[in-house]
Amino acid sequence: MMLADALIVSAILFSIGVVGVLTRRNAIMLFMCVELMLNAVNLSFVTFAKLHGVSGHVFVILVMTIAAAEAAVGLAIVISVFRHFGAVDLPSLKLLRR
Amino acid sequence: MALLQTSPSHPLDGSIAEWVWLLPLLPLLGAVMNGIIAVRAGTFAATVADSDDHDHATPPAGRGLVSLIGPGVMLLAFALAVALFLAMRGAGDLAAPFIRSLGSWMPAGDLRIDWALQLDPLSMLMTLIITGVGFLIHVFSVGYMADDRGFARYFAYLNLFVAMMLVLVLGASYPVMFVGWEGVGLASYLLIGFWFRERANADAGRKAFIVNRIGDFGFLVAMFLVYAQTGALDYVQAHAGLAVAAPGVLTAIALFLFVGCTGKSAQIPLYVWLPDAMAGPTPVSALIHAATMVTAGVYLIARASAVFAGAPSVSLLVTVVGAVTALFAATIALRQWDIKKVLAYSTVSQLGYMFVGVGTGAYAAGVFHLVTHAFFKALLFLGAGAVIHAMHAAYHHAHDHTADAQDMRNMGGLGRYMPRTSALMWIATLAIAGVPPLAGFFSKDEILTSAFARAHNSPLAEASLLGVPGSAVLYGVYGLGLLTALLTAVYMTRLMLLTFTGANRTGATAASALHEAPALMGVPLAVLGVLTVVGGWLNLPSLIPIGPAHLLADWLAPVTGTATRVLAGDAHLSHTAEYALIGTAIATAGIGIAIAFARYRSPVPTKAEAPAEQGVASLLHEAYRVDAGLDRVVVRPLAWLSTSVLWRGIDRALESLFVQGSRAIARAAGAAHDWVGGGDVGRYAWAFTIGLLVMLAAFTVR
Repeated sequence: MMLADALIVSAILFSIGVVGVLTRRNAIMLFMCVELMLNAVNLSFVTFAKLHGVSGHVFVILVMTIAAAEAAVGLAIVISVFRHFGAVDLPSLKLLRR
Repeated sequence: MALLQTSPSHPLDGSIAEWVWLLPLLPLLGAVMNGIIAVRAGTFAATVADSDDHDHATPPAGRGLVSLIGPGVMLLAFALAVALFLAMRGAGDLAAPFIRSLGSWMPAGDLRIDWALQLDPLSMLMTLIITGVGFLIHVFSVGYMADDRGFARYFAYLNLFVAMMLVLVLGASYPVMFVGWEGVGLASYLLIGFWFRERANADAGRKAFIVNRIGDFGFLVAMFLVYAQTGALDYVQAHAGLAVAAPGVLTAIALFLFVGCTGKSAQIPLYVWLPDAMAGPTPVSALIHAATMVTAGVYLIARASAVFAGAPSVSLLVTVVGAVTALFAATIALRQWDIKKVLAYSTVSQLGYMFVGVGTGAYAAGVFHLVTHAFFKALLFLGAGAVIHAMHAAYHHAHDHTADAQDMRNMGGLGRYMPRTSALMWIATLAIAGVPPLAGFFSKDEILTSAFARAHNSPLAEASLLGVPGSAVLYGVYGLGLLTALLTAVYMTRLMLLTFTGANRTGATAASALHEAPALMGVPLAVLGVLTVVGGWLNLPSLIPIGPAHLLADWLAPVTGTATRVLAGDAHLSHTAEYALIGTAIATAGIGIAIAFARYRSPVPTKAEAPAEQGVASLLHEAYRVDAGLDRVVVRPLAWLSTSVLWRGIDRALESLFVQGSRAIARAAGAAHDWVGGGDVGRYAWAFTIGLLVMLAAFTVR
């Protein structure tokens, strides 16, 4: 029972993240939604670690590390984008177009 | 053909006849050399700046050399032809043709077509006419074209024509003949449009080319049929194969060959180009459009006599077309004012006579008329050329650039200024009218006699044309021929009377400059005059004992003898009948001349003052308005079809389809790519998510 509940929470969290990524226009909000998705995945890892042993925990540590690095790099980009364009609004950043 | 090459012996083997290849090569060489001179002189590249073809101040570039090369190669060719002729006379048995291959042209499977030349009595005769009359006309041209800027270009074309004409008559197979056939068509086109800066001349050239195209189609189809039937295209093998062919096949082949003849030899319905062909220089009209090229159809029928002998109904058709054309053109000639137009229609009419001859199976008679016609019509055309030359000079002297130098209403009384030309042209006129003992009398009489004789007891009389028995057809043809002879005498005498007698109508200033043609032009005229007088002796009827009879018929016997015998059957005329026919012919000529003297001695107004013609006269003057009719029925619908349907309809539609269509495809591809890779991160995310869901679904949903 415990397991199913945890997985449902994880799925809900992941879906919120996905919807956020699809609908939000602000780059910072996008980042936060991505973090949300990562953490939803982490939750499933931890849940399954109860069944399959310690490797799930190892993955969670790895994902958190990567997520931290990604956030650092991503935020740095966002800051320079903001400096360059004066906004972090995604639809306005369409230099490839025409 | 390979088989024939190795066939053991021909009386001409190793003789001078081995040099036959030089015959077409000589004029071809002349054409190349004159062409090079013309190119170097820049006369091919016409610019608007030098719009005047005549320049009396400076002689045309390279005139000296060209006047040496042009007639020179012709003289050499003629000398060679005479030498070959003498060799053939001495060779004895000429039953088989002398064939020499210059190399393989189209080896394709079982078919082998060589560049092969054939010497036999018929091709020898044609060669003598072409090189002999051709040489005289070349000499005349040196005088006639002396002040023309395109002097070298002119002789390049003229030499090219002779080379092609020789290929036509010397070729040993239908394809080689076809090369010459097309080659003379090209030369004719180039020379009709020689003064191409005037649109009418260029149009006349194109008209000749296009109308001939229709005839050429017939020739080609005939050739395909010959190949399909016999598997060979050289005369010897093809005619041998056709000897056993079904009558239906022979009829079809003969019919299509005749379509080719009507084009090249200007018979109804394809005669329309010849009167317009007079746009070229007058010596060209004499050589190409009177003496040689237009007789190619007659030559073709004589050459393919084996085919026509097997198809009596087509032979009847040839006869009828010839007779109708002869009368039709003669009536038009009655009311022409342009001296060259009269001669042009006269040529169409005389060609009709030749077709009556070869149609009735009297091949020797048809070819005989071809020969005599070459003499007297060349003389008439060159005489007309001398007249036009004088008229031009006279109007030039009077600074009159509007008067028509070819209109007989502007001439009159020229006999006083040009007695020699006048006398020679009178000889030719009497010859064409059929006055004995001049050349035209004998040939025309022989044609009419054979038409009359074969109306009884011959395969032709027993054949029928569209249900009409051949006998009735031939009597009708004889009647038409006699009527044509009458009209011929009338219109030719009219031409002479209008041109050379009566009061002078050029105006006093111009008349003072009228002069006899220079010697360079006079000598060829005189030679042709002699030939016109004695030409009849080539083939005297046995009835008139003034010389050896049937020389030409005997000479041609190896080529056309068999076919002549087949079509003649048991036809025979009593001596009384023959005398009666000769008497009728002479009387007809006399009556015609008398009518002309009675009608055309009265003064006529000049072209500028002449009232418009009325009724029948205007109908005849406008040649039955055939050109206008053709314009309405053929030319305009075709032009409409080309512009409205083919161009504005189909071409434009294809243009839209392919050009605009490919543009639309490129646009759509660009737009799609723009949507996919346009830089909108939101859209990437959506695409990514949807893609992921689809993949998940593909792996999980069953």
